Amino acid sequence: MSDYIMEVKDLKTHFHTKKGIVKAVDGVSFKVKKGEILAIVGESGCGKSVTSQSIMRLVGDKKSEEVTGEVLYHGEDLMKKSRLDMQKVRGKDLSMIFQDPMTSLNPAYTVGTQIAEMPMIHEKKGKKSAWNRAVEMLTKVGIPSPAKRAEQYPHQFSGGMRQRGVIAMSLACDPDLIIADEPTTALDVTIQAQVLDIIRDLRDETGTAIIMVTHDLGVVAELCDRVAVMYAGKIVEQGTIEDIFDRPKHPYTQGLLNSVPRPGSRERLKPIEGQPPNLHDLPNGCRFAERCPFVMDQCIEKEPDLLEAESKGHTVACWLEEEGNNDGDRGNTEGRGTEKVF
Amino acid sequence: MATEEILKVEGLKKYFEVSNGFLRKKSIVKAVDDVSLTVKRGETLGIVGESGCGKSTTGRLLMRLLDATEGTVHFEGENIMEWSRSELKKRRRDFQMIFQDPFASLNPRMKVEEIIEEPLLTIGMEKKERKERVSQLLQDVGIPESYKGRFPHEFSGGQRQRIGIARALALKPKLIIADEPVAALDVSIQAQIINLLMDLQKEYGFTYLFIAHDLSVVQYISDRVGVMYLGQMMELAESDELYEHPLHPYTQALLSAIPVPDIHAKKEKITLTGEVPSPDNPPSGCRFHTRCPIATERCKQEVPEFREIKNGHYVACHEV
Repeated sequence: MSDYIMEVKDLKTHFHTKKGIVKAVDGVSFKVKKGEILAIVGESGCGKSVTSQSIMRLVGDKKSEEVTGEVLYHGEDLMKKSRLDMQKVRGKDLSMIFQDPMTSLNPAYTVGTQIAEMPMIHEKKGKKSAWNRAVEMLTKVGIPSPAKRAEQYPHQFSGGMRQRGVIAMSLACDPDLIIADEPTTALDVTIQAQVLDIIRDLRDETGTAIIMVTHDLGVVAELCDRVAVMYAGKIVEQGTIEDIFDRPKHPYTQGLLNSVPRPGSRERLKPIEGQPPNLHDLPNGCRFAERCPFVMDQCIEKEPDLLEAESKGHTVACWLEEEGNNDGDRGNTEGRGTEKVF
Repeated sequence: MATEEILKVEGLKKYFEVSNGFLRKKSIVKAVDDVSLTVKRGETLGIVGESGCGKSTTGRLLMRLLDATEGTVHFEGENIMEWSRSELKKRRRDFQMIFQDPFASLNPRMKVEEIIEEPLLTIGMEKKERKERVSQLLQDVGIPESYKGRFPHEFSGGQRQRIGIARALALKPKLIIADEPVAALDVSIQAQIINLLMDLQKEYGFTYLFIAHDLSVVQYISDRVGVMYLGQMMELAESDELYEHPLHPYTQALLSAIPVPDIHAKKEKITLTGEVPSPDNPPSGCRFHTRCPIATERCKQEVPEFREIKNGHYVACHEV
């Protein structure tokens, strides 16, 4: 057996709309190791959420949704599973945490009931032991007086506590892999810090692997082990956090890092000019070419493949990296991402 | 009188009466509770805080989009709270607002040029002059002039925010209140808008009141920063001073909670326990005492005075 829990191979999710085909995810591949936190990072519309939903098979059942590729979970392709089999996997082996804790809990049931439902369905536990599990999970995520809180309804919880409740639910059956889609985006920073601590502790304790979908590079730097940077439906760069933050190779990754104001710095921000491309009408060549400061002729003609850069496991989809194009301009780009601001 | 201070706010309060449902007792939410600040001409004053701290309400009070419960706001030496509706309409050209949501703040049935032109109509500008001004504004905010006949839905979020900025600039205001102007934008676009706001300030000498929840952004753009918590100002200082020497425990916690996109920035983490209390029943004494790591008996009873500790560095804490 390989030490990878999940291998996603050439995942494509295309939506057929009146205006044409939207290639929301267009050939994404990555692997997740046991106990690792992988970040999928990108801006609105880059396909990061659709990727996570496709893995969980939350899209793909409608006629207008076309999902292809392989999602190997312990070597077994989730794409080939029947809907019923998939239901058995979801919530048990793979679970998901959504952005909005307000809408991911059912307002009509107590929080305890909703958590206890998981072991009752997946592990055929009795009511009582499932309830005890629910209370235990609430304790784990740091909710004060968990036995009392389990009997309360979601509206009696604050935003941060609801998100902890959702995390408790996702943990109830000891999953191998949790997909967290922007789990802290709706929270204030002091509450976000608490939730990030909980997620980190859980990984350290249980060895659960986590796919963290986020737009926030700060969250990635603090929490994750490896990063996949997405742009317009594709992964443009992938590597360890050291690769991405210290040695970013792709001009988009460098641009993202340069766009964020850092506490204590007064240096002028270097934004990425222009807008992301329209997913209805993607260019033939590199999807970032239009906004790229180092664009060359071949970038417009042909799409670059995701290839390994200097260090092992660090992959980049950029013509600058291929065919020895990386002298001239590269000198400048090297420095840009690694600037120390403190 | 040529004042250095363009805006002077004293003891500003806004209480909302909230009914908790049918036949239930009404309660008072103290959204803004005794806030005083001054804004100097040509500077950017940032106000930062978490949800429900009253930062947006403060902005709306200063625009007189809401009427204050108590307190005074002097704009260039005149108390704006005393202005009549018609006077307010005349004077609003001097202070304008940029809103958070670029999708909701532009009329979808108006063309871009009409949106930007509208404030110019209110002051009865000639047609030819208006057209010239619209072209100038579009150029200032980086929207190609050929797009002026388009409708808001044809633009992306960042471009819409540029249009909102052009509208706010149309009347050459002296003070611009920006309420979370970049919160709805992606980081690469956010940086474009921040640079634009700073360039415009350099060129035209606007004064900004910049309200946001993101401390890194506020600190980057502002000369001075005020930190609010539950309707009160906790600390106010020059931006670099606040970052390097935060005095209030809340500011310290807030600073340490920001995730920094730098894997080598190993910093001491202060994680606050608990949640922000509800503003309809705020804690007694110092409002932060329920979450404060250094709270004492005195903090539970006495409201700390917002006082100047060092030159231009104000803080409301007993323990400083």
